[in-house]
Amino acid sequence: MGEKFHSSKPIYLQIIDKIHYQIVRGELRKGEKLPSVREMAIQMGVNPNTIQRTYTELERMNVVETRRGQGTFVTENQMVIADLTSQLQHSMIEQFVWNMKELGLQAHEIKRALETYLEEEKK
Amino acid sequence: MITLQNVSRKFGRNDALCDVSFSLEMGKIYGIVGPNGSGKSTTLRLIAGLLFPSKGEVMVNGQKVNRKIAKHVAYLSDLDTFYRGFTVQDMFDFHVSQFDDFDHEKVDKLLSFLNLDRYKKLHQLSKGNRARVKLLLVLSRNAPVVLLDEPFSGLDPMVRDTIVEGLLRFIDYENQTVVITTHEVGEMEMLLDEVLLINEGKILSRQSVEVIREREGMSVKEWMKTLCGSEGRE
Repeated sequence: MGEKFHSSKPIYLQIIDKIHYQIVRGELRKGEKLPSVREMAIQMGVNPNTIQRTYTELERMNVVETRRGQGTFVTENQMVIADLTSQLQHSMIEQFVWNMKELGLQAHEIKRALETYLEEEKK
Repeated sequence: MITLQNVSRKFGRNDALCDVSFSLEMGKIYGIVGPNGSGKSTTLRLIAGLLFPSKGEVMVNGQKVNRKIAKHVAYLSDLDTFYRGFTVQDMFDFHVSQFDDFDHEKVDKLLSFLNLDRYKKLHQLSKGNRARVKLLLVLSRNAPVVLLDEPFSGLDPMVRDTIVEGLLRFIDYENQTVVITTHEVGEMEMLLDEVLLINEGKILSRQSVEVIREREGMSVKEWMKTLCGSEGRE
């Protein structure tokens, strides 16, 4: 029990990120039931109110839906999942580019470095 | 649910608490944090009816606190006092005789979750297992208020994890309010809704844990150190 969390970011946002990853990677499939609030709280080692907030927020983002008396389910909507995938890609690229710029690289240098890296990885 | 109104408590000439006011809602987990000797345990004992204010008023569940408040309050002491000859079973027989909200179904679940043998004598148990027994006694009651005084002190990380998980599993969040005092905020942090930081008998600050992270970009431990200065160090 007990996931590791960063100290500087709200926990509910970090759990939202984890669930997003699980959905994008197919570990959580569309229509799949999420653990109950208490079960998730135990798995993550966090306060149930935090999980409740996570689920409410995910619902607002249309990533999950809560069915009365049945629980919380991953959306069946393929569009939402596709959006989520491209959002995650975008934020990772953004982070990568930001880091490279911090190192003082120009756009064309970043491209070349990335291409070289991918070429080498193939071998 | 719990209200302190201008509460002061003196021990001799020393002010353990000085004009403290706050109220706590149902269904949340609160941490009272602060350095040693700041007044955390005094606050908890005042809520438990084990101490009375020199000035001001303490209310729990709409009632002015007196010794009988124990009916509504489950209290885990930071002390380790047991009758040596008692078995775990004797201990909860005693509790059943004292409290009518003792939940036998929960006891069975807790015994297996905590991996305790009900026929073992208390003095044969390790410190970690005695801590588990204390937790069992508190969580077996369906009391609206649950108070834990330094539940982690002197325990190894495995027992600490068990305590956290035990609280997550067995607290009835809709019907119970939990207040935990600790100077070891680290492991508790994920469990808490709100923290009250107390120092030298006064409430320095009160904040929601997520707000501390969101607005200050800090963990509760860092926040506590910033506000208490060097004294806040564990």
